[in-house]
Amino acid sequence: MLGNMINKGRIKSPWVVHFDCGSCNGCDIEVLACLTPIYDIERFGIINVGNPKHADVLLVTGTVNQRNKHVLKNIYDQMPGPKAVIAIGACGCSGGVFREAYNVVGGVDQVIPVDVYVPGCPARPEAIIDGVVAALEKVKTLLGMTA
Amino acid sequence: MTKIIIAILALVLAPIAGALISGVDRRVTAWLQSRYGPPILQPFYDVLKLLGKEPMVTNTWQALCAYVYVVGAALSVVLLFTGSDLLLIFFVLTVGAVFLVMGALASPSPYSQIGGQRELLQMLAYEPLLILVFAAIAMVTGSFKVSAVFELSRPMLYDIPLMFIVLGYALTIKLRKSPFDISACHHAHQELVRGVYTEYSGPYLAMIEIAHWYEVILVLGLCGLFWSTSVVGMIVLVVLTYLAEIIVDNVTARLTWRWMLKSAVGMGVVLTIINMLWLYAQ
Ligand code: SF4
Repeated sequence: MLGNMINKGRIKSPWVVHFDCGSCNGCDIEVLACLTPIYDIERFGIINVGNPKHADVLLVTGTVNQRNKHVLKNIYDQMPGPKAVIAIGACGCSGGVFREAYNVVGGVDQVIPVDVYVPGCPARPEAIIDGVVAALEKVKTLLGMTA
Repeated sequence: MTKIIIAILALVLAPIAGALISGVDRRVTAWLQSRYGPPILQPFYDVLKLLGKEPMVTNTWQALCAYVYVVGAALSVVLLFTGSDLLLIFFVLTVGAVFLVMGALASPSPYSQIGGQRELLQMLAYEPLLILVFAAIAMVTGSFKVSAVFELSRPMLYDIPLMFIVLGYALTIKLRKSPFDISACHHAHQELVRGVYTEYSGPYLAMIEIAHWYEVILVLGLCGLFWSTSVVGMIVLVVLTYLAEIIVDNVTARLTWRWMLKSAVGMGVVLTIINMLWLYAQ
């Protein structure tokens, strides 16, 4: 029974930590827009925590390059499991317009496993919220929950 | 026998009530910011999730500190509800708070170091205030026992109204609400990441969260003592105080620790002296 309650908690309270891998700042601002009263993601129990040790979901925006891939990996490793990663924006998904640049590694999935991709340049706040919901659906099927 | 039953009830019901109050707090805060806000049960979901997370500690000392903190908070609630000594409650509470800080200082992370030191400063600000309030209660009742408060024929608020303000000040610092969310803050914009809580994660963070629920109940219980003659009066007083806390939390910005220390101790001493003189003059 306790296991069931814990699973319910996992679905209802995804705390996000937000890491910006050198994006143009467009996707970044859209992520923060989700926190504003218009979109108010706190009503789904989502809190933006600044600390990977408290977070369940890692939101990554921007292109991964040779410099920040270590930082990204480090942040990912510091998050206690179970955890999910969401790549946001064209840059996060594949490298976007910066894909051909000499220092760019590519999408987030080149460095850490990504669960959900949210495309767009920039990704709309609605799409980001959908992305978090999709990640939760994935968690639900993994946990074998039906409701 | 009745004391044991009361103790067990306090142990079980206090965190549940504390969590519900935290949920209502978040809802009211959201409403003040014209948002919809999370469900009232949100604090339960958060803690359940944290309990189910992989335990990760930088050293074992830290885990021990989290447990001592929650035991300290729970014990002080039990002591309050069994009508024990106010000074004993104060010491137990302080031991818990000191362990929280020690856990934060046990890791070399600069965020938790600064958070721990700011928490110490916060303790330095609210502990003298609490002692002054307890001393004033003892002057009215003639004893440090909580049970002695319930033998009064009229509410303490008539005799020591200014001490209630001092207590409110101490509570805002103790609950780490704005303008005194100096050592730890979970709002979107965070300068300290999470201050004292930075290095606690997963189940240990859940322990700290539960300890916080106990503290909310302890703090509100102390407020309730000021209208000990009627249950309705107690509830009204507690609800009004907490509502005022939430509103203050929402309309103020964070202040510096220097200002906190100066204003808290300065104001506390002045209000206490006025109140004591008044008590003597009566
Ligand atoms: S996807 Fe577009 S908006 Fe987002 S970071 Fe890349 S360039 Fe900027």
